[in-house]
Amino acid sequence: MSSIDLQQILREANITEVLDQLDVDLVGLTPVKQRIRQIAAFLVVSRARLQLGIESSQPNLHMCFTGNPGTGKTTVALRMAELLHRLGYVRKGHVVSVTRDDLVGQYIGHTAPKTKDVLKKAMGGVLFIDEAYYLYRPENERDYGQEAIEILLQVMENNRDDLVVILAGYKDRMDTFFQSNPGMSSRIAHHIDFPDYSQMELLEIADKMVSGMHYAFDEGARIAMSEYIEHRRNQPHFANARSIRNALDRAILRHANRVFENASGSGSQASVEDLSTLREEDIRASRVFHGGLNEK
Amino acid sequence: MHITQGQFSFLPALTDEEIRVQVDYAISKGWAVSIEWTDDPHPRNVYWTMWELPMFKIQDGAAVLFELTACRKACPNAYIKVNAFDNTRGVESMVMSFIVNRPAVEPGFRLVRQEDAGRMIRYTTVAYSTDTPPGTTHV
Repeated sequence: MSSIDLQQILREANITEVLDQLDVDLVGLTPVKQRIRQIAAFLVVSRARLQLGIESSQPNLHMCFTGNPGTGKTTVALRMAELLHRLGYVRKGHVVSVTRDDLVGQYIGHTAPKTKDVLKKAMGGVLFIDEAYYLYRPENERDYGQEAIEILLQVMENNRDDLVVILAGYKDRMDTFFQSNPGMSSRIAHHIDFPDYSQMELLEIADKMVSGMHYAFDEGARIAMSEYIEHRRNQPHFANARSIRNALDRAILRHANRVFENASGSGSQASVEDLSTLREEDIRASRVFHGGLNEK
Repeated sequence: MHITQGQFSFLPALTDEEIRVQVDYAISKGWAVSIEWTDDPHPRNVYWTMWELPMFKIQDGAAVLFELTACRKACPNAYIKVNAFDNTRGVESMVMSFIVNRPAVEPGFRLVRQEDAGRMIRYTTVAYSTDTPPGTTHV
């Protein structure tokens, strides 16, 4: 066999479906989607090379996702796992999501079994380490995080075809983490940076979330939401899509309260529309419009 | 003397890939897989030494291979077996067990004759590998 049908690999693995789904489900994130397409193309080509015998070893697939909170790192990691699974780079395609607590022990000799346990559970799938920079604590030289990093590095190198490690965290802190752990940096092939969402994208995300929960904005509520986003973005602890989700959750609580009070006040019945429409006042009642988090 | 205990012991040694597939089957059945090793392969020796803890909640056979590699490195001249435990109510026992590592030389068993009252003879078998201290190679 001296040639291979790339189309066939694509068809068999249903990659296009996953990539299209990614486009539909995730608002914005254009650079991220581009990088994922690149990686998908690379994976298809290297699988073809493997099949033709040009290449014999697995490509290095460990990744690092950097970006502010709420920019979709976890969601993309889930998709990435599916992509890798369909192309046959991981056998099971499950995602094990961990943080420092799951890897680092509390006393001497506790860390290695704990880290190995997590690694074993992740084998055949993807290990997603959220806020990975917490593993390294330079201020405490006896910190057990270093031990976890060493085991991680060893497995990342030796068991490349068994699991893929994805590190995630804020950009600047990950950069410092990599500077102090050059071994880690060199074992990660793909660095993907997640940009913040723009105002319009956040509104679009809000629309999607609301319809996903089977609610709808009325005219005034949508305008209020847009203003809410504008205010909220400039206030502290803004976490992109996560802040939007929290805001909507609170708006839904207010909505429920309003409907309930209406009903108990006049004894009237609630229509389907009443039960599923978020009105302007549900959004406007947020403290974000009255000076933000600091003012109660 | 080639010891035949557990599953697949009349077949040629399983490759790592074959072991992984077997373990995958056990995982798909929801069994907990564990690794055990010993110097004494006597068929009545049911207490082999555990290598780490049984692996619950693993998703792929690679995890067992990972531990098996470590175990082989630590005791290259021991018998190592992979077990699968089914905790279903009413079963609650080992449902799969096969040897995955053997010493380079398998010395086998010695027959011991014990003379009893009235010229009666009691027979027992002892593994040669238990003549030397644990973990050392039998020559």
